[in-house]
Parts: sequence; structure tokens; C-alpha cells
Amino acid sequence: MTRRDLLAYLPGLTLLLFLAPVAAGLIGTWLPAFGYFPALEGHAFTLAPWAVLLNHPGLGESLRLTLLSGLLATLVSFLLTIFFLAACHGSRMILAIRGLMAPLLAVPHAAMALGLAFLIAPSGWLVRLVSPWATGWDLPPDVATLQDPNGLALTLGLIMKELPFLLLMTLAALEHSRADERLAIARSLGYGPVMAWMKTVLPAIYRQIRLPIYAVLAYSLSVVDMALILAPLSPPPLAVQVLRWFNDPDLTMRFVAAAGAVLQLLVVVAAIGLWRLAEIIAARLGRIWIAGGRRGGKGRVLHLLIATAIQLLVALAAAGLLAMAIWSVTRRWRYPDALPSALTTDVWARQGHDLIWTTGTTLISGLAAAFIALALVLGCLENEQRRGLSTSTRALWLLYAPLLVPQVAFLFGSQVLSIQIGIDGTWIALVWSHLLFVLPYVFLSLADPYRALDERYSRTALCLGANPNRVFWRVKLPMLLRPILFATAVGFAVSVTQYLPTLFAGGGRFVTLTTEAVSLSAGGDRRVMGVFAFLQAALPLAAFAAALALPKHLARRRVLREQRA
Amino acid sequence: MRRRIALLPLLAACLTAALGLSAQAAEDRPWNEIVAAGKGQTVYWNAWGGDERINAYIAWVGERVWDDYGIMVRHVKLADTADAVSRVLAERAGGKTDGGSIDLIWINGENFATMKENSLLYGPFTEALPNFQLVDFEDKPSTLVDFTVAADGLEAPWGMAKLNFIYDSARVAETPGSIPALLDWAKARPGRFTYPTPPDFIGTTFLKQVLTELAPDAAFLQQPVADDAQVEQVARPLWEFLDALHPHLWRGGKIFPASGPAQRQLLDDGEVDIALSFYPSEASSAIANALLPETARTFVLDRGTIGNTHFVAIPFNANATEGALVVANFLMGAEAQARKQNPDVWGDDTVLAMAKLDDAGRALFDNLPSGLATLAPEDLGPTLLEPHPSWMTRIEAEWQRRYAR
Repeated sequence: MTRRDLLAYLPGLTLLLFLAPVAAGLIGTWLPAFGYFPALEGHAFTLAPWAVLLNHPGLGESLRLTLLSGLLATLVSFLLTIFFLAACHGSRMILAIRGLMAPLLAVPHAAMALGLAFLIAPSGWLVRLVSPWATGWDLPPDVATLQDPNGLALTLGLIMKELPFLLLMTLAALEHSRADERLAIARSLGYGPVMAWMKTVLPAIYRQIRLPIYAVLAYSLSVVDMALILAPLSPPPLAVQVLRWFNDPDLTMRFVAAAGAVLQLLVVVAAIGLWRLAEIIAARLGRIWIAGGRRGGKGRVLHLLIATAIQLLVALAAAGLLAMAIWSVTRRWRYPDALPSALTTDVWARQGHDLIWTTGTTLISGLAAAFIALALVLGCLENEQRRGLSTSTRALWLLYAPLLVPQVAFLFGSQVLSIQIGIDGTWIALVWSHLLFVLPYVFLSLADPYRALDERYSRTALCLGANPNRVFWRVKLPMLLRPILFATAVGFAVSVTQYLPTLFAGGGRFVTLTTEAVSLSAGGDRRVMGVFAFLQAALPLAAFAAALALPKHLARRRVLREQRA
Repeated sequence: MRRRIALLPLLAACLTAALGLSAQAAEDRPWNEIVAAGKGQTVYWNAWGGDERINAYIAWVGERVWDDYGIMVRHVKLADTADAVSRVLAERAGGKTDGGSIDLIWINGENFATMKENSLLYGPFTEALPNFQLVDFEDKPSTLVDFTVAADGLEAPWGMAKLNFIYDSARVAETPGSIPALLDWAKARPGRFTYPTPPDFIGTTFLKQVLTELAPDAAFLQQPVADDAQVEQVARPLWEFLDALHPHLWRGGKIFPASGPAQRQLLDDGEVDIALSFYPSEASSAIANALLPETARTFVLDRGTIGNTHFVAIPFNANATEGALVVANFLMGAEAQARKQNPDVWGDDTVLAMAKLDDAGRALFDNLPSGLATLAPEDLGPTLLEPHPSWMTRIEAEWQRRYAR
């Protein structure tokens, strides 16, 4: 087999690598949901698990929590994104916020949630800063600002994580939409800036951000790690409840858990359907609205409001991470002190041994998953260019599949599968399970820059007698170094953030900073949580910093070398 | 530690049919042979990892058995012990009858009952461990009977737990002496009491405490549940008590803390005035670790509180059985037990009988600091027995039905 042939098989292999576990996992979850699970002597199909599931007393409340936080978080993130871009198009603010969004995207959900939890708790940092001198609260007020019955704390946490993703995806879509021309025409016809954006740019880019929105929706409806920290526990959101059932010592609950996992999938499907319906209605009404030709829409108030909201969210995230960093070196920090009364590095020292293992595992699995994903994505993109193919929307859907299917809906099934083929609890299973989620993000980050590279460079190289492989290694890779490193950093960050896949595929043997931070969150020692949350956030941020610094460093060295020559 | 909702009889029958799938063989090798076989093994010890002090103790155990026996201990930190049960099950489902991923589990109660019932455990093995002879079976009967289920040598006793309450004496002058008095206390101080959300084990223990103290006849609780009418009758005072208590709880009884340590944090933050604990010296230990103020103190209830023993067990498919046996034996030794009881380290009471120890062993215990906030053994009050697991299954399910919706 020649190398060229190998390349041709790569897209198929890639799809197989990350669709097979999802498909097998779904089947492995659906069968027990209908009573078939030979290991537990379930040989006959039955609806019994569904009867237990639907009679579960807290189910209605779990569903309400799930839908409320998931839909609200997605809707708010979406509205903030489009209004922000509409109000601030072309301003320097966009550049500033874009620079802040990448690091926010990199911070794992659990670290963000732990930071937020400490900020907004009634005995948290925000209240401590103003108590008791301003509030008179010698004791913290008895108000549920955290784990509140409506899941608003969870919703806020989700918005803080999902907004950066949507913003960056929408900014990417904007680059191909000729937005400036559209706006120029609309403005010349007398539309205000916001009105012009909403009427001429949004309809053009919505199609491209639809999948990211669905991914956000699916994620928000099935999040586990953030929910464990921010959402109420009795009853918890559906995904957490399903996980509890999977972990129930009563083994017959495994059937109910499987049914719950299927229900979780149905919830996501229904929510996406609902969103689609809303899209259609909005499109109908929007067309009438656009055709109506109303002018105006300067949007000064909107500009102010949205910019404030986004800056607040960024400030909250930064303050939360700062609080975690402070906690990690705290000995004593009681309510209502605004700052710790005693500092120590003991916690770091005591965790030393554990930290090395945990950080090592996180680094190895993250780098392995990121580099494998990078190799596969580069191979697929190169194959696409050499064959002059273009990816269809359908292929993109496949790529998004692991992001649209809730994790709890297939991870149990894949776990049973991985035990059967003997790889469970191994590095292979761990890295593979991370790859499912790393690969789509690496592809999304790299596809545009790769396709946008001016074809004439490689054509010139080919004319000069280089073969395609040499062109790939000597022309394309060096020119694309920056986006390639950026995509790798994204992949690494996505791997670091994985909670459920690590839990299921790692067989408990692989402890990462994320699993550790979440399990410590139940333990209540904020100092230790601080250590893990800080490191958990620091690793991906360091990866991004390296991705930004390395090309500059290499460029400087090249300049120096040339000067010397 | 978890609710169990009766599935259709079909499934239950199927599960019963699965009993005795793997034949249990008693461990009968001589001790030196086991130690020799264990050398060089890596023991994956699955233990709840929610308390940093306990984690540090387990890390110390790892260092000691590495030095003495050349065994590597890796602590797999669980959020819930049921995760490990689940894992062993998944492995059996995948046909993995040896080379399993878990070698040792910190376990008791319902998780043990489930594993025993489903033949997921190795052994009986405790008779093979030299230090097992030092255990105080006479005064600590729960070292042989785990929540009314016979241990049958399938789990080695590790520590004694007893429900107690921690408060901050700087804020609270009077503490309640009984469950009914607790209700009056909570009414007088709205929003200042709560308990961890069941099925967290400390939350469940609080329910057991109320159930046992208020039940018309607590003797029924030592037997398996007979029928629904019996549960209805015995548990009625519990529900009446909780219905009356909840409106006066922290957050109006609408939300509950995630775990015992989480509630201890709330006590330190000043959000509540009482925390629940299972280790009689937890308050002292938390003070030593700067997790509670120096003014924290402990109280118990006049008629006694629920107490039990926690154990370690070995799954049927453990990869490092011999290594796990050596670790289990080390954990029952005087050195490990005395260190565990030290409030500066953990503060978990020993399972050993002082009379069975040699002088050196006894000296280790005599030299322990007593701790600022720890009650003397004679002040800890009587120990109430754990109810049969079938009761808590019903109670937890009913709790969910009533309050978690």
C-alpha cells in the first residue's frame, strides 16, 4: 500500500474511530433500557425499567431542572453573542473580548464551577467583601444563591462556559460572510448599525452557527461535572440522576439507569427539535420584519448593556479563578474576612505526591489525544485538498455527533464494550474516549485556516519540482504553524476538561485533575479544591500561551540565523 | 448507602438466580506464603476520597507497606463507594473473572450486602490475617456483623464510627440531648440546622438515628422488613418528625448539603450551627487542620447514637489478592490503628481490643493526644445498632419520594 492510498483511507478510519464507540455505546445502553443485559440475567425484552423510571418521584423535577438550565443557558448565550456582535461590530471591543474568550474557553468546566460556587455562595467572596460593614450580616444570609431550586447558578455557570464557544464560532463564521459589505450597503440605506447587522448579517451566518448552537444545547442539557457543583442535589438534573442510578449498589438499577440514559438522549433530541421549530418561526417572522424595512437601531443602550454583561461574566470567571488560586495557599479564611487570615503552602506540599501523578495523567492523556487528533485531522484535510473534495454539511453532522449525543447516553454502553475487547481501564481506552470529543474541536479549529491557505503557494512549490508530501511538510505545515499549534492547544484543553469519559473509560484508575477536582468538591475543603482547580485551569492556559509564543520564538530564531548567515 | 426500588419480580428473581455464580474459597495459605506472593504487587485500593485527612492517611499506609512488604498501594479515590461495586459488576458482565481493576475496597453496609449477595467478594479471608486475632469482637460486635449482615470473613474490620454532632461553642450555648429536643432547638433557631442529603451516608445515618430513637419498638429494625404495613407503622414517627423539622432547616429544607464534610464547611462558614460527623474526634482533627475554629466542640444524644464498623474487602477478581491481604492485615495492626485514631491524623476509633495488644502496641494508644474537642469514651454514650439494610432501602426511597421532588 502506498502512502497515497493510506491517506485516502484516513477519513474513513477517522470516522470509524470516533463514530463506532458512540454507535456501539448507544446500542449497549438501549438494550439494557429494554431489559436485555445478560450479565445481570436480563434475557427478555421488557418495559419494566421504563415503568420504574417514569414512577421515580423526583423525575419531573429533574426534567424541569434540566430543561430550564439547558434551554435558558443556550438561549442567553446565543442572544448575548448575537447582540454583542451586532452592537460592537468593527469596534476594538470585539478584538479585546475575542482575546479574552480563548482563555475562558480553555478553562475546564469544573474549575470554573468551583470558582463561581465560592463567589456566589451566601458565605462566598462577594458577600465577604461587603460584610458585615455594609450589609450588617455577621452571619451569612440564608438564601439559596447556590444549588438553588431553579438551577440558576448552574445556568450562570453554563453561560460563562458556553458564551466563549459560541462567540468564537460566530466570529469564525463572520469571516466568510462578507459582513462588512452587507453592513455598508444596509447602512447606506439608512439602517442603524445594530438593525443592519440583525437584518443582513445574522440571516447569512445563522446556518453556519447552527451546529455549534445545537452542541451547546446538547451539552448544557446533559452536563454532569458543573451540575454536581452548582445544581441542587435532591433531586438533581437528569444527567446526574442517571449517573447515580448507574452507580447504585442495587444492580437492578442498572436497567433503570439505561432507560434514564435513553430518556436523556430523547430530551436532547426534543430540545433540538424545539429549537429548530423556533428557528423556523423566527425565520418566518424575521422575513416579514426585514421586508418591513424599518430603519433605526443605533443600539447605543444595547451596546452598553451587552458590553457590561459580557464584561461582568469575564470578571466573574477571572475572580473565581483568582479565588481558587488564593484558596490553594490559604490556611484559614473564615467568613466574613475579605482575605485569608493565614497563608500556607502546606496544602501544595501535602498534595505533592498526588499532584505529580494526577498532573502527569492529565498531561499524557491530553497531549496524546491532542496529537492523535491533530494527525488525523491534518491527514483528512490534506486528503481533501489533494483530491479536490469538499466536505458536505452531512459530513459535518457526523463530526458533530459526539458533541450532540449526551455523554451519559452512550458511555456506559462503550464501557461494557471496552471490557469485552479487553482495553478497559487502559491508556488506550482513556485516550480514545477523550479523542471522541477532542477530534471535533481540533477539526473545527483547523479546517478554516487550512482551507484558506492560498493555493498558489503549494502550486508554486509543485512547479518547482517538490512532490506533494514535501509540499505538505515544507510549505503548508510551516505556514500553518500558528493555527496548528492553536488547534492542538484547543484539543489539549478539551481533553483536560473531560469528566465522564475519564470516569467511565479510565476505570477509576486514571485520576485526572478534573475527576479529582469534582470528587473533592463534595469534600468541602476549599484549600485542596483550590489546588486542583488552579492547576486544572493553569494547564490548558499554559498550552494556549505556548501555542501563541512558540511561533514567535521560532520566527525570531530564524531571523537571528539568517542575520548570522 | 443507596436506595433500592423494587423492580418487577422478574428481574429480582433473575438476580437471585445469579447467586453463587462464583464459588467462594476460603483463604488457607500460610501467612508467610501470602506475604512472599504479595511482594512486588500493586494494590489498587478503591476508597472514598472526599476527605483530605483520610487520603493523607492512606498515602502513609502506602509508604509503610512499600517499606515493609514491597507492595505498591494506589489509592483510587471514589466519590461514592457504590462506584466500585458498579465497576466489579461491569467487569463480571464483561467476563473478567481475574485481573480485575480493584484489589481492595473500603466498604460497609449496603454496598457490602450487595457484593456479598452477588458473590462479588473474595474469601473468607480474615482468619488468614494474623492481626485479625487482636480485634475486639466482644465489646465491638459490629466488627463481625455489618448492618445486621454477617461479615463471614469476607471483610476485615478497619475502624469504628459513631454518629456525633459538632457545634461552635462561640455561637451555641445549649445543645439538644435528644431527637425531640433537636426539633425544639431547630424551631428556636430557624435556618441553623440541616443534614447531608440522603443517600449520603451521614445523611442516611441521621435518618437511622431519628428512626431508631422515635420508633415505637426499635427491635423490629434488627430484622429484615416484614411487610409494607410494618414499615408504615415503624417509620411514621420519623416522617412526622421530618415534616415538622424541615421548614425550620437551612434553606427551608428545600436543599441539603452534599456530604458530611460539606456541612462541616457550612458550619465553619457560619451558615449553620451544627454539623454531623461519624468520627468521634473529627472536630479535634478539623481544628488541628484549621478547618474549624478552636471553639468547635462535640456533643452526642443522651440515649445513644448510631455506630458501626467500616471494613475493607477484596473483589472476587482482584489482580493483587495477596498484596491486598497484606494491606488489610497491616491496617488492623497496632501501628496503623493507633495512627488512625490520632486526631491530628484522622481520629477514627480503633477496632482492636487493648487487652489483646502487647505492651508496645498499648503504649502507642496511650500516647495519643486526646484532642481539644473530643469527648472521652465514657461521655460518648451508648451505641445504637444499625438497622437491617432492607429498612434503609425503604426509608431512603420514601425520603426521595417525600422530599426530593
